[in-house]
Amino acid sequence: MKKTNRSIVCRCEDISEEDVLKAIDEGYTDLEELRKKLRIGMGPCQGRVCLQLVMKILEKKTGKKVLKISLQTPRPPLVPVSLGTLAGEDDEK
Amino acid sequence: MKSKADVVIIGGGVNGCSLAYGLARKGLDVVVVEKKYLASGATGACGAGIRQQWSTKENAELSIESVKIFERLSKELGEDIEFRQGGYLIVVHDEKEMEQAEKNVAMQRSLGLKVDILKPDEINDVVSILDVKGMRAIGATFCQTDGHANPFKTTFAYANAARRYGAEINTYTNVVGLKTKNKEINAVLTDKGVIKTSIVVNAAGIDSKSIAKMVNLDLPLVPFRKEIMATERLKPLFEAMVISFKDGIYFSQQREGQIVGGIPIPEECSGYKTMPTMSFMQHMARTLTRYAPVLKHVNMLRHWTGFYDVTPDARPILGEVKEVRGFIQCNGFSGHGFMLSPMVSKLLVDLIVDNKEPDVLISLNLDRFKGKKIERETSVVG
Repeated sequence: MKKTNRSIVCRCEDISEEDVLKAIDEGYTDLEELRKKLRIGMGPCQGRVCLQLVMKILEKKTGKKVLKISLQTPRPPLVPVSLGTLAGEDDEK
Repeated sequence: MKSKADVVIIGGGVNGCSLAYGLARKGLDVVVVEKKYLASGATGACGAGIRQQWSTKENAELSIESVKIFERLSKELGEDIEFRQGGYLIVVHDEKEMEQAEKNVAMQRSLGLKVDILKPDEINDVVSILDVKGMRAIGATFCQTDGHANPFKTTFAYANAARRYGAEINTYTNVVGLKTKNKEINAVLTDKGVIKTSIVVNAAGIDSKSIAKMVNLDLPLVPFRKEIMATERLKPLFEAMVISFKDGIYFSQQREGQIVGGIPIPEECSGYKTMPTMSFMQHMARTLTRYAPVLKHVNMLRHWTGFYDVTPDARPILGEVKEVRGFIQCNGFSGHGFMLSPMVSKLLVDLIVDNKEPDVLISLNLDRFKGKKIERETSVVG
């Protein structure tokens, strides 16, 4: 790794504060558009780690309050569940 | 927001944005009106697949030409849309399906597409994790130049390029009415102001029906909730999209490593409900692990819903309607809006700028549903 001082915002998708700021500079100033551009919130934690941080960065950078209503929709199954379990197969012996 | 424009496009999905780019590049003054954010509808929820293997000649032609555009799109737009050609493997389950597959392949080959019919023992050469017996496959068709692109990045790239050519894109803006004068489009009324224009493009996905109602036009669109899921990231396992018309399943591995796929639920019915179902999770997991048993230890992370705007023949409604001059349809994609978007916008740019109306565009006009016999596209999944 080249940079040692990256501040990681999203651990699932390995996105740093710098990446978020750059995307905002490029015009992605909507939380959902940032999500779709950077995949923040699309990993196993579904944004539980990164979302508050990204909101803060976005608010600080744009000077606008992010509406709570614009937060991403939590998706089932909320926590990762194996396909085998969902398929309803018997426990392995 | 501008108060007048040459063209107002309703809908900031991939088709609205690609059309905005195409028109702005030709020097037209374009305004896009989107009620939420870009790619917030069907585009952003879709499976990202790009397929040329169809049953109707028109769809095959449109998609073959679309792929040619996709191949050069990253370069043209100056942003990586993550286009890749890992192919589509269509599983064939019985003699009747094989008969249709052979007919489709013959037609596709006549258009110059390279498609192969695979024997059961050749399927694992393409996708090694498939259980040929479990899928109950008697063969498959495979086209290597089918593939994927990133729907968000494609939409954003079109929008960014459109803006560079002067297009104005307004998100979180609602259309509340369309004004006509002597059966001609006169203005678009939004909650942020009025835009005077003589051309409106209705590219609003499932909301296209209610937009058309504003000028008392009835579009034969039916919304179908479709569900789709993503797993955790895995190392690269396969490149092709695997689909089955019989089981309705489709799945592929995306660039980051997650497997994304969908299947219709047995109790599917039309409507505007967005809530994901338990039924989908179970049905998808059962079918996917039957197709690829090795995936049973893989975690599903998320599943979400999106809508197909389905027409009676599963083909889009494109072009100007006879009833209202200047009112152009770009909807009814029936689940294929993303993959057809490059050619759709080319056809509509040629119509709006040069008044060109080739046979394929005429064949997709709204008036095809008025008492004429229509040929239904049968190659539909999800």
